[in-house]
Amino acid sequence: MATEADREALLARLLLKADVEDFFAHEAELLDARRFEDWLELMAPDVKVWMPIARNVADADLERELTAEGVDANWLDEGLDTLRQRVKQLATGVHWAEQPPSRTTHMTANIRILETTAGPDGDVAEIRTRCNFMLYRNRLEDEQDFFIGKRVDVLRRTEDGWRLARREIYLDQNVMLAKNLSVFF
Amino acid sequence: MNIDGLVDAENGVISRKLFVDRDLFEQEFEQIFARAWLLVGHEGLVPKPDDFFVSRMGDDSVILTRSRQGEIMVFLNSCPHRGMRVCRYDQGNAPVFTCPYHGWSFSTNRERVETPGAIVGLPRSEDGYSGRLDRERWGLVRCPNVVNYKGSIWASWDDDAPPFEAYLGGMRRYLDTALDHRDGSPGGSELLGGVQKWRIRCNWKTVAENFAGDLYHEVSHQSANLAEIGLAKGKGRRDALPLRYAIGFDGLGHGGLGFPPALEDPPASVLDYGDAEVNDYFAEVAARRAENLKGQERVNIVVGTVFPNMSFHANQPRSLALAHPIAPDEVEMWRMYLVDADAPAKVKDMLRRYYLRYSGPGGMTEADDMENWTSVTLASKGAIARRQPFNYQLGLGKETPIPGLEGGSHSGNYSEGNARIYYRRWAEFMRGAAWADMAPNGVGHGD
Repeated sequence: MATEADREALLARLLLKADVEDFFAHEAELLDARRFEDWLELMAPDVKVWMPIARNVADADLERELTAEGVDANWLDEGLDTLRQRVKQLATGVHWAEQPPSRTTHMTANIRILETTAGPDGDVAEIRTRCNFMLYRNRLEDEQDFFIGKRVDVLRRTEDGWRLARREIYLDQNVMLAKNLSVFF
Repeated sequence: MNIDGLVDAENGVISRKLFVDRDLFEQEFEQIFARAWLLVGHEGLVPKPDDFFVSRMGDDSVILTRSRQGEIMVFLNSCPHRGMRVCRYDQGNAPVFTCPYHGWSFSTNRERVETPGAIVGLPRSEDGYSGRLDRERWGLVRCPNVVNYKGSIWASWDDDAPPFEAYLGGMRRYLDTALDHRDGSPGGSELLGGVQKWRIRCNWKTVAENFAGDLYHEVSHQSANLAEIGLAKGKGRRDALPLRYAIGFDGLGHGGLGFPPALEDPPASVLDYGDAEVNDYFAEVAARRAENLKGQERVNIVVGTVFPNMSFHANQPRSLALAHPIAPDEVEMWRMYLVDADAPAKVKDMLRRYYLRYSGPGGMTEADDMENWTSVTLASKGAIARRQPFNYQLGLGKETPIPGLEGGSHSGNYSEGNARIYYRRWAEFMRGAAWADMAPNGVGHGD
């Protein structure tokens, strides 16, 4: 039978998971509403965004399936400086890849907390999570892209709420079937 | 399809059918891709014996591999028996290639076979083929002409093709700037791991032409300039340069945006890259370059295209690209990125991050290019639209030979001269002219 302590631990875990779900939903709303400046506010100053390229390799070679962060040419491998440049570019009004702007819907599912790190006060300071994501983009008359894959994210607690400290994006594609990555994941 | 009247390079008028017509598209594989020298990869993709990388030549899948003896070879990736792809992985290491369908296996190891690619494993060899199947005749089809040029690997299926360096002509010096060390010493670049491959809904020639030298489309990159994605602080999308010239090689089809050979590099200011170690490194390389090339002519180029479908960026960013035809209105782009092999890790990382925000599907510059290309293709498909030719008259009549640059001329800064050169070459290939009849003034062919 579950003890009071078990129930409290479970409740704490569920509340934390609710925080993660809220954070992802909030991000999705901001991005889909094209409130990119507001979305940037949710980034930690040292945020890392990495999307490796997936190679077709033999079973025995699977450790070489993904391109390496910080070393190889990846699809994306960047920090806040580049995210800011992207937002600045979107705001120019002459970034033709997003002019007229895409319609997007960001979705996350199968959210799970992988681990938590406690801060000096004993509270959870960082959460490492994984989820499945789908990003649908529709552009111009009939262009559409489905970006589907898995994500591993690290959220960090701050005085102003949770901030994204790290995002690993594992897209289920080898040849990128979209012509560009002018949307945020 | 008869190609007469489609390309009027002299007057800068070119039919839109080149970009949308399916018959022309099918002919291009036979007339161009089965004959021309094509980039298939880089030695950095196959560094060790038995390494392989699956590439493309036109609409054929090919295997780039390094044999046990270290020789770089290219084979058709299709089983000579019944056509299955014998190599189903992008990259890896394999002592033999075994076809999954009926189990034929092939080796490039000269200790096992006399002819690389010959059959080394044949199920039912005795009871099925009575031990009589010719293992060389039915080995993997080997591409007869393969060249390792400063690490870049090129191949041609045509035995009559001119030697690779003759095919390049004076463009070789410009390609060198992408492959050589920044300090001017030959070679010395290395490939970053990871080949970006992505699809764009446009004709492959639109891509090749774009990189052949079109300073005129600068306006479409205004947003990347405003976002200041360049390497140095507070700059546009790359360090400032004087106006480049459209330098082309008529008769060869190649061209790019760069500078005629000169005893000095174009003037560059000392820039702040936001890090002392990086600043020091670039200053040191510039000093070594000045010393290494002292008293010698050197060339500089930003971007160029080697006919038919290979393009390169030589400096900021620095990459080799391929525009693989998939359909009249679809291309598969490949990009491989280069850095100086001996650069400090910090410099390599900074360059790598810059390349990724500039080029490829995640590139803030390339994203806007691709929007142009897809729109061009879409808006040229209509029955009426395809009757209207494209205009390539910018810089018409301004072609000026460049002394000391074999076969090279420039047509000013803002010019479509290189596109005219490119499509003139395209028409020669499509007419099926013999190599000897295609090359200008004896340049570009011979032994």
